Amino acid sequence: MRSVTEAEAAGDTVSPSDRSRSRHWATFLLLIAIPTGFLVLFYFYPLGAILRTSVLWQQRPEPLVTLRRLVSPGSLRVMGFTLGQATLSTAITLVTALPGAYVFAHYEFPFKRLAQALTTVPFVLPTVVVATAFGVVLGPESPLVRWLGEGADLRYSLGAILLAHVFYNYTVVLRMVGGFWETLDPQLGEAARTLGASSWRAFWTVTFPLILPVVFAAGLLVFIFCFTSFGVVLILGGPTFATLEVEIYRQTIQFANLPLAAALSLVQITFTLILALVYARLQGRLARPLDFKPRSTVQRRPRKPLDVALVVANLLLMLVLLAYPLVTLVFRSLVSGSHTYALLFENPRQSVFYVAPLAAVWNSVRIALMTMGLALILGLLVSTAVYRRRAGWLVDALFMLPLGTSAVTLGLGYLLAMAQPPFNLRGSVALIVAAHSLVALPFVVRSLLPALKSIRPSLREAAQTLGAAPPAAFREVDLPIVWRALTVGAIFAFTISMGEFGATAMIARADLPTIPVAVYRFLSRPGALNYGQALAMSTILMAVCVVGFVTIEGIRPPGAQDF
Amino acid sequence: MKRGLGCLFLTILFFVGCRSATATPPVASTEEPRELRVMAYSSFDISEAVIAQFEAEHGALVRFLDAGDTGQMISQAILSRDDPQADVIYGIDNTFLSRALHADILLPYKAKALADIPDAFKLDDQYRVSPTDYGDVCINYDVTHFRERELPLPSSLAALADPLYKGLLVVENPASSSPGLAFLLTTIAEFGEDGYLDFWRALRANDVLVVDSWDTAYYGEFSGAAGSAGTRPMVVSYATSPAAEVYFSEEALGEPPTGSITASGTCFRQLEFVGILRNARNRDLAEAFVEFVLSDTFQSDIPLHMWVFPVREAVALPEVFVAYASVAEEPATLSVGVIEQNRERWVNEWTDAVLR
Amino acid sequence: MAYLTIEGVSKTYEGKPLLNNVSLDVERGEIISFLGPSGSGKTTLLRIVAGLETPEAGRILLADQDMSHVPVHRRGVVLMFQDYALFPHRTVQQNVAFGLRMLGLPKPEIRARVKVMLALVGLQDFGPRSVVDLSGGERQRVALARSLAPQPRLLLLDEPLGSLDRTLRERLLEELAAILRRVRVTTIAVTHDQAEAFALADRVALLHDARFVQVATPQTIYAHPATPWVARFLGYRNLLPARVTDDGRLETAFGKLDVSPELSLPETGIEGTVLILPWGIRIIDSEPPCNAFAARIVQRVFQGSTTVVRLQVGEVSVSVVMDSHERVPQEGDWVAAWVSPDALRWFAPPIPFR
Repeated sequence: MRSVTEAEAAGDTVSPSDRSRSRHWATFLLLIAIPTGFLVLFYFYPLGAILRTSVLWQQRPEPLVTLRRLVSPGSLRVMGFTLGQATLSTAITLVTALPGAYVFAHYEFPFKRLAQALTTVPFVLPTVVVATAFGVVLGPESPLVRWLGEGADLRYSLGAILLAHVFYNYTVVLRMVGGFWETLDPQLGEAARTLGASSWRAFWTVTFPLILPVVFAAGLLVFIFCFTSFGVVLILGGPTFATLEVEIYRQTIQFANLPLAAALSLVQITFTLILALVYARLQGRLARPLDFKPRSTVQRRPRKPLDVALVVANLLLMLVLLAYPLVTLVFRSLVSGSHTYALLFENPRQSVFYVAPLAAVWNSVRIALMTMGLALILGLLVSTAVYRRRAGWLVDALFMLPLGTSAVTLGLGYLLAMAQPPFNLRGSVALIVAAHSLVALPFVVRSLLPALKSIRPSLREAAQTLGAAPPAAFREVDLPIVWRALTVGAIFAFTISMGEFGATAMIARADLPTIPVAVYRFLSRPGALNYGQALAMSTILMAVCVVGFVTIEGIRPPGAQDF
Repeated sequence: MKRGLGCLFLTILFFVGCRSATATPPVASTEEPRELRVMAYSSFDISEAVIAQFEAEHGALVRFLDAGDTGQMISQAILSRDDPQADVIYGIDNTFLSRALHADILLPYKAKALADIPDAFKLDDQYRVSPTDYGDVCINYDVTHFRERELPLPSSLAALADPLYKGLLVVENPASSSPGLAFLLTTIAEFGEDGYLDFWRALRANDVLVVDSWDTAYYGEFSGAAGSAGTRPMVVSYATSPAAEVYFSEEALGEPPTGSITASGTCFRQLEFVGILRNARNRDLAEAFVEFVLSDTFQSDIPLHMWVFPVREAVALPEVFVAYASVAEEPATLSVGVIEQNRERWVNEWTDAVLR
Repeated sequence: MAYLTIEGVSKTYEGKPLLNNVSLDVERGEIISFLGPSGSGKTTLLRIVAGLETPEAGRILLADQDMSHVPVHRRGVVLMFQDYALFPHRTVQQNVAFGLRMLGLPKPEIRARVKVMLALVGLQDFGPRSVVDLSGGERQRVALARSLAPQPRLLLLDEPLGSLDRTLRERLLEELAAILRRVRVTTIAVTHDQAEAFALADRVALLHDARFVQVATPQTIYAHPATPWVARFLGYRNLLPARVTDDGRLETAFGKLDVSPELSLPETGIEGTVLILPWGIRIIDSEPPCNAFAARIVQRVFQGSTTVVRLQVGEVSVSVVMDSHERVPQEGDWVAAWVSPDALRWFAPPIPFR
């Protein structure tokens, strides 16, 4: 751990003189300029456009009426529920996934990479498809429900919402926390144990505080995801539940009450901002430079019975929670015979809106790859700019906002701002990539920041005194060490883009059907064939994602060790 | 690593970027065809050949924009009124018509082909929209379930509150689903402003299940849909759904596995319209397209693609429609203005009565 | 002109001066040690020389070149960090090769140089090993090899042995001193340990209260500490208030002390402080002609080869270091103590009596 010595005290806290301070500021501004420009152009500008239009909306009710409705019992109930379910969902996800993160970080076992890839699959699945799977898993015909009794039928209850949120977000905690944990020096915990701490206490007093910044980071992302949950609440929770996101959608689309929708949207954004600020502040205080170990020295095969039991228990949990619904989907897509897959490639009725599976896969994959590239570049810029600056946390918080902004609001904002001069990007791939990157960026930054902050400053300084210019020092020291974190960020960017059906669904597109779009097309009309093909398409989505994850994880800079 | 990594990203971006730049459709004729942009909801569908015919006749290139569901499409059209995304909008229905007319996003055009279309479908006397198709939102039932238990079919909406049908019906939330709203409107037409909430309270007591969307109701809860894991034998769907079940079945079916109840006052008729957006770039082409939508060629292609009935009466219907698709006997009617005015209040009252 | 000149460097930390107009000249090939307690600013000065921090005033000149606007990586000044800052993602040889790669040397040459450097520090077979698995001493040697490999113009060592255990430290200290003398690289080593400084350095620069209080050879510092503070820092405990008497002696609470004629004393009546060097007080059996006093043993601390005995003379107490194998008197014994006139040092300002 950190021994506070003179070197550190002087290195970290001596305030730089005016000259070096202005130099640091210049570097900071240079790095942050592009991402900030991006955020302003693709977030604040469209957001401003839709808010402005909403306020000036024709046949608008009196501002007081809107305000009164905003604080009406109905609205407050929605806000309360939104907060409550998000808090519960986050807590349950953390409790469920942290042991998994430990197991993946500390043990080596067969098919581990594949298992990890599979945990991320839920993240990309359209909610309708997940609902189908949950319907089967939780419905009256399910073996689980038959075995556990009717109480296990959680459909259309808070239970279903919570379960689905864990199902979706398990991987966020697993990957972010696990990725960090697995490079943490196990001697730290062992040291505490030699000081007489029980293994449990060693965890709480030593290991947990060290991983806390990452737990916070993952928790925050999960929270915001659940906070802005739409499909899960609508479909799985049933109509009795409504989050702010759902209410914003209804007010906008169903009732054309744009002022109220804008007000609700602002409430949502404000809350996200507060949360992001509190988090960023905490994060800045918690992160500490650490000694990292290559994976090979941290991970071992489980040998003791207790280790084996731990691994098996967690794998079983994942099997029931994640794999079972997924397998159900694949199974059901095959139940009507493999010809549903063959039929995907035909267009028997010569529809103009027919989506060729290969075209959908190609569209999805290329948009996802572009999103990944853009989000990684922007994420690296933001993180390297932010991690050493005291004011960095403010900037950091701003980049979280898109994640907590209603997809409908942002989508219509795009329509107003980006589909008209001066920025006519209507229907272009660039706009979709920008929208996806906006959502993916917080994930990349969240993965990178704790890793960057935990690199001892002396490593970079050593590289510099050995003759490495700052960019070379970054390339030689930071990049290889944060590679794992970068991979995690890349996977999330890829995944978010593959599964996104929010803001971009609001931007009218001509010829860019992605896999989720194809799934929705099939599901919007009756008939066994359509249903089968929707499931077949979903299975293809899962397969493409798994291949994507394994490939991304496999890319490793030569020269860097097992980090 | 070093350069390798940067190159990898750049290569990906470049490669991907290039492909998107060259992905525009090839142009066949020497003369640059004029582009007609048609905005439609996600479940819009028509044959390529039909569109190709229009393109050939008018030297045009038709581009369809997928604008989400009907509500999203209209919101988009209203917000981009000054510089619309498309020339033609297809699929405004009678529940949203009043909003579209009120927002003044459409240009009047009196199509010649309207002469062949029944007056009952023409809802705007200024001809800002032209009717294209209609479909009835009705209760669908699982044939096997009713037959095996020798259950009589409900003959009216009121009958649904009978304990005989306890726990059998699944409906969609009118706040999030268009058939759900249609069914709510049916009950308002049937029981009136004073009585519809009582009916819904009775339905609630009879264990009606409300879900958010048609997909969830039909594929998730309804037992009649092929491949569904659902358990409820009655669902709010379309009168044409049984025909679709036959058409899209895995194996040839002698009879549809589902039926629809079309008794008087139990269905709501959804009418869909096409219109020309204000500030359209190619107004003449847009007018030609409206004529084309009302023509035999387009109208006869509607049933098997969108599973609704064409408004043009003379059109020959496909066999599966003739055999299995039904039309409501006396669908409920409410004027579009009344719907738009009261929609929010009705939905809120309904929510309080049924969901709270 | 000196090879390295530190010229009027100042730096404050939270409003207090950390370095106050500090200057120093270092000759080519010289090994200098900055010695001082924690927080005395010696590491900060080292970092300013490396270019990792910017002074608020003053400048650094290296081979007559002003370094103020030369960025860290172009200075040719290598800093070996206290935690060694080995790159955990690189092997031993990759670590050592780092500076050479940054110079853009051809690969075969890098390989050859790495081999030589590893041999120099005695780690010939460690090349492909991961640095994470190394022991503390091995890490220290890898860090040294890495720092020396690019043949820096100036080598900076921050507490080079600070994070090692005692026995290892003693062994590596000799090795480090030998290696530094062999490669003749101009070196500044920061340490808080006088033994380390004395063993490594040609000259030691003592840093206190934001300035150098004494810059001299280890021998000079040991025998002639410049101030009472230096004396205390070196561990000398026998400091007494004193006054110069008419007969050229020093009056202390001990009694009057004869001094060596080499010690030049100021005028009569001046008050100051006298230091008795540790070897300067002895317990004796026979009465010497002068400077003998009756003392009572109040404390004995056994320290292995030596035993520290605390003597009470009148109202003051002094420490005497004795060989443990001599006959050490018991606590409470009365003995005769003798103060060597050659072991007295005079400091002008009086210090508060402790």
